[in-house]
Formats: sequence, C-alpha cells, structure tokens
Amino acid sequence: MEFLIGFEGKDFVFLASDTSAARSIVMFKQDQDKMTPLGKNTMMAMCGEAGDVAQFSEYIQKNLQLYKIRNGYELSTKGMMNFTRKQLAEALRKNPYHVHTLMAGCDSTDGCSLYYLDYLSSSVKVPFAAHGYGAYFVLSLLDRWHKPDLTKDEAMILLKKCMAELKKRFIVTLPAMMVRIVDKNGIHTMPPLLEKDYVTMDTVQDGEPDRSIVRPLIL
Amino acid sequence: MAGGAADCSFWERVLAKHCRVYELRNKERISVAAASKLLANMVYGYKGMGLSMGTMICGWDKRGPGLYYVDSDGQRLDGNMFAVGSGATYAYGVLDAGYSYDLPIERALALGQQAIYHATHRDAYSGGNVNLYHMKETGWEHIGWTDVLKLHYQYKNEKK
Repeated sequence: MEFLIGFEGKDFVFLASDTSAARSIVMFKQDQDKMTPLGKNTMMAMCGEAGDVAQFSEYIQKNLQLYKIRNGYELSTKGMMNFTRKQLAEALRKNPYHVHTLMAGCDSTDGCSLYYLDYLSSSVKVPFAAHGYGAYFVLSLLDRWHKPDLTKDEAMILLKKCMAELKKRFIVTLPAMMVRIVDKNGIHTMPPLLEKDYVTMDTVQDGEPDRSIVRPLIL
Repeated sequence: MAGGAADCSFWERVLAKHCRVYELRNKERISVAAASKLLANMVYGYKGMGLSMGTMICGWDKRGPGLYYVDSDGQRLDGNMFAVGSGATYAYGVLDAGYSYDLPIERALALGQQAIYHATHRDAYSGGNVNLYHMKETGWEHIGWTDVLKLHYQYKNEKK
C-alpha cells in the first residue's frame, strides 16, 4: 500500500513518498524514508517488496558512487536511469527485484527530468508519475492540473490536492509524505506533509463544490 | 526472535559467530547497525526458500542505544519500539497505550512484561514465560523469567 509521486516543475523536480513501513497487517514505522540520493542532483524514490528495495537501491547507489570515484564525475540523470534499468532488466529473468522507482535529477545537458521505472524494467521519461494504488486516484488529477511551468508553491498545492483525494477515496490511510525538491543547486528536503496540512484542500467545502474545477462545455 | 524455531536458533548462532569473528579481526565490537545488516544480508540470500523469522536486534554502541527489526524477507528497520511475531498486534495495543521515549526503566520493564503477557493471553501461538532483558551501556542484564500464569493471577487480583 505504498505510494510514490513526482512531477517536473519550471526548473526543479518534486518528489514525494509515503512514510509507512509495514508487513502483513502491522505498520511498524510511520517515518520511513524511501528516497535515496544517487548524486549531488539526483534522487531516487523506491517502493515494493520488502528486502528487495533495500538491497537494490543500495546496490544502485553504491555502484553510482563507485562510478564517480573511478571517473571523477557523476553520471547524468539519463545515464543513472539507463544503468538502473539495465541492472533491473538483467535480474528480471534470474532473481527479479520487485521494485518500483521514480528518479528525479537535474543536470546541465538535459535540465531537470523525472523518470518512471516499474518492476518489469519499463522506463520512461515523464512530466509526472505515481506508483502504487495511489496512482489510480491521482494520475487523473495530475493530467488535469499539472503544467510544465509549475512553481514550487504550486507543486506543493498540487501534492496536497492529490493527498486530499487519497484521504477521501482511498481505503488505506497514509501516515505522512516525505517531500524533496531536486533542482540545479541540489536536493532540498521539505518538512514532511502531514494529514492536517491537506485536510482543508478538499474540493468540497461546506457542501458546496468548487466550480472552478469544471471546464466549460464543448459542443 | 519469532517464527521458525530452527531458523531462529540456527541463524542467531551464525550471527553470533560472525559478530565474534568481527570482534577478533577488528579488536572492537560490531555496531548494532552492522550486526543487524549482517543478519539481513544472510537471510536475504535465502529469500523465497522458506525461512521464517522476525527478529529484533538491540545493543549499545558508539551511537548510543540501537534497536533494529530484521525479518526473513530481508526487511530491516531501525526504530524506538517494535513488537514482532504472531502476537505483535496484541503487544502493540498495550505498548502504544503506555509507551513514551523517556519512560523510566522500571515502568518500561513493567510495560514490556504486560505487553508480552497480553500477547500470550490472546495469541494461540505465544505463551509460557516472559523473559525480560535490560540493555545498558555496560551490556545486557537479565531482569527476570516469569511464568505467565503468575502474571495472570497477579493482574487479575489488581483489577478487583
């Protein structure tokens, strides 16, 4: 029941992950960090099978660290993604890792980019993405509200919109969201987004729906 | 440790061996983080082959007190408080009601004992005795070994 979400903005990438660590029906932790830094300007959020996430993310991180030591420079975001995808794809028919990944990075050649990678090694560069059951609820919201020139404040509001929808419609509650912003200056950790921060974002307040959501009729 | 008795006793022994070898090689005791990761990596190598373990590893090292949860999926978590095994849900109910980080030792021991008692009471697969250990900077201390029957009647009398 994990949830990862990310979207590109004007000159940054916004990444958020839920903070639950559970097994079976027991939630062990409500402050688990599911993101791993891969470089100065690259961040990876991963969820999936217990154990696989820790093993695979550490393997990727350490190998990219080794690459930097050997060559004196970091791989680009695209390079990191290609490496990660290939490792996952080569393991797929041997000892598969059941992991879902979002990768956000900013570099001088490609600017800021977000990559989606699922457990079958399908990788794609996207303006926004989500993993987990939560994706079924929020992808439509992102289709409706995301724009490429999003500011950081607007990005936070968009995340709150998504979380408000999940709170309303998703049967599982998510304890909190860990939020990070990646831009050309590095990785910035934001304060965790708690339920109280977005309960007021509900589109229907005092029983009166927000009409501005509805586009004019096209005939 | 909770889960398969054979898995638990065997892997506990293998872990203890690895920790001892580390100590001999490095002239220094292994950290809690490293010890727990050793176990996590060992069981991860057997993932999907039927191991069944839920464990907590606690200790005291340069970083101060440490507590880790490690299971046979290879999942490894650090935290302030865990309950593991089939009775964990019952234990958590009692623990969450009475836990705070700055609990005095006496109260913490009592809370742990009660949590285990209530787990043994409700969980068909738990029971027998409650073992209490206190992990200190200087090492562990075995506090007690109490039959749940004794606790049962003591708690029962207190209720009246």
